[in-house]
Amino acid sequence: MRREGKERCHEPWVHVVKKTEISASKTLLLSILAVFASLVAGGLFILAIGQNPFSVYATIVKGAWRSSIARKGTIKLAVPLLITALGIIPAFKMKFWNIGAEGQIIMGAIFATYFALFYDHLPHGILLVLMFIAGMIGGGIWGLIPAYFKSKYGTNETLFTLMLNYIALYLIKYLVEGPWKDPASSGFPKIATFSENARLDQILGVHAGWLIALILVVLVFIYIKFSKHGYEIDIVGESVNTARYAGMNVRKIVLRTMFLSGAICGLAGMIQATGAAYTLSEGITGGVGFTAISVAWLSRLNPLITLVVSVLFAVLEKGCSVMQSTFGMSSAVSDILQGIILFFILGFDFFTRYRFVFCKKKQGEGSMSC
Amino acid sequence: MSVSEKQTVEILKVLYRKADILILDEPTAVLTPQETSRLFEILRRMKQEGCAVIIITHKLNEVLEISDRVTILRKGESVATVNTADTNAQELTELMVGRPVELSIEHPETDFKENLLEIHHLTAANEEGVEMIKDISFDLNRGEILGVAGVAGSGQKELCEAIAGLLPVKKGAILYHDENIVGKTPNEIIKIGISMSFIPEDRLGMGLAASMGMVDNMLLKKYNEGKGPFVRKKEARETAKRLVKELEIVTPGVDTPVRRLSGGNVQKVLLGREIESEPNVLITAYAVRGLDINSSYTIYNALNEQKKKGVGILFIGEDLDVMLELCDRIMVLCHGRVTGIIDTKSATKEQIGLLMTDAKGQERRGRHA
Repeated sequence: MRREGKERCHEPWVHVVKKTEISASKTLLLSILAVFASLVAGGLFILAIGQNPFSVYATIVKGAWRSSIARKGTIKLAVPLLITALGIIPAFKMKFWNIGAEGQIIMGAIFATYFALFYDHLPHGILLVLMFIAGMIGGGIWGLIPAYFKSKYGTNETLFTLMLNYIALYLIKYLVEGPWKDPASSGFPKIATFSENARLDQILGVHAGWLIALILVVLVFIYIKFSKHGYEIDIVGESVNTARYAGMNVRKIVLRTMFLSGAICGLAGMIQATGAAYTLSEGITGGVGFTAISVAWLSRLNPLITLVVSVLFAVLEKGCSVMQSTFGMSSAVSDILQGIILFFILGFDFFTRYRFVFCKKKQGEGSMSC
Repeated sequence: MSVSEKQTVEILKVLYRKADILILDEPTAVLTPQETSRLFEILRRMKQEGCAVIIITHKLNEVLEISDRVTILRKGESVATVNTADTNAQELTELMVGRPVELSIEHPETDFKENLLEIHHLTAANEEGVEMIKDISFDLNRGEILGVAGVAGSGQKELCEAIAGLLPVKKGAILYHDENIVGKTPNEIIKIGISMSFIPEDRLGMGLAASMGMVDNMLLKKYNEGKGPFVRKKEARETAKRLVKELEIVTPGVDTPVRRLSGGNVQKVLLGREIESEPNVLITAYAVRGLDINSSYTIYNALNEQKKKGVGILFIGEDLDVMLELCDRIMVLCHGRVTGIIDTKSATKEQIGLLMTDAKGQERRGRHA
């Protein structure tokens, strides 16, 4: 039974372990380091393409705020991102991985567009209210479907919600080329631009979506932190067993929360259609449904932090498009820069949650725990 | 595989890796007395082969039986190392706790003579559809502690959950004053007059929300009370602070995530919350598993307090010595069936051990086959 000579360690050389304790100060420190590292990495890239990192970064920051038009542009970028991220938060808190925000936005836009196109004759106020409700119902249904299948059949919600995105997208395609095609459009098919009556009003020069977004920040914050529903979401997300033990109807909670999540995203879709684009097309979301996932995650599912992070993301995006035109760069440069920065920020987020453990075992040690 | 068989596999793994040192952490918690003897045989043989064995256990009779030397740890420090031959249980406990401790568990006598729950032919299946409890019948009286003994996986978990209303019952009835509570919602059950409390085996995964603090956990069964959409945390906060004092719960604060507390304190939080709801039926599964001596005795005392108030307690446990002292009667489960209900005044460990593996029953069936 005793062996002679050296023996190889039978454990893997390194493995990843979830951190049990994440202190708030360490998280803040890592976040600051993350921003710093991402800026350095981006700066190196800018150097590599022959530009001065400092002037490029200055252009990005100034570009987002330098003029009234620029500021409005930044806000218009931030609003759908913020609202969608707020919609994702309740689902993620429940550990229901809603990757279908994109599709929920689209369905909200579709439902709202229906009223914009065919109920144009209604008074403006009533039409707006109808479109709000329609947008929320459209998104809500799209969120309810995967929730129903998960609670009844245990289907994987990540895949289900993801695939529903494409179904929603192709629905637009069908509507654009089919029943809702604008008869006045020659050449390529599109849906008609909404009339004045069907457009979302502007407040302080930007469509009212910004006010709705701010109200939603407060509402979602209160809902999650102080309401009974919010408590139920926390417990279900913590452990389904604990929720059942507490007598909660888990199925009802999952369905209700996913309807809410989809509804908020659908509202973002309605706002985009009636406030920004004034029509419905395949590009209605601009990928916001996916970006919002990063925003919500980086904000640690806190609505107040989400507000800040959404604005930062919007500043980056708007600033990069200004940089692109100022320095005569291709859009690829803008994409790469945003990609590098995002990569580092998400990378550091990984290190706030996990750490590497290296194998240091010597031979001759055995342990067993029961 | 049974837990004891899994444990044997674990030992084999370690031997296969040619270990010189074997460390066992509470190995006998899940074994019957007979299996424990077998394990100790294996350990003695490993010792003879030259292996060094460290066995971590809180059961002093085992320490005295199997070890050559004993190291006592208290609050993270090694307090003393003694030769087993030179010491005794009293001295060891004193070293563990830091002061002389009364080792016997209080066993108050009560005089309620009233039947609380009648369980008739209860049969239930687990989530996978496997029948885990079959045709179980017994009575739970007021002011008594009814112990439930058995090898792990004999249906204890399913019995608890079936009575607590968390597991659907296939056949049978649970009667309270002749009214069957099977299939009723928790609210309906409360209206009938039963207040049931269940302290599950899985403390952090079921009984508590692990990443939330004491305050949020106090709310677990009460969060829906009161009109309006908002949760009332003030009362829960007060309850939490009071429980910290009463049960001597060691925690940085009432908002610290409960998974950061030690096992004993986690259990105190759970027990504290359940007792707050003033139950008349209390079901606890493995209430003292993994707990230090002080916490264990806090739990025993709390249970005895409830017993004196007339609560009927169903105590699923694994330490037969403790159960013989604490419980009034012990019901033994084996493969989902009741193999015996015996009075603790006249019972022995060996008797219970045989019932746990249903050795006599198998013998009988073997003879007829």
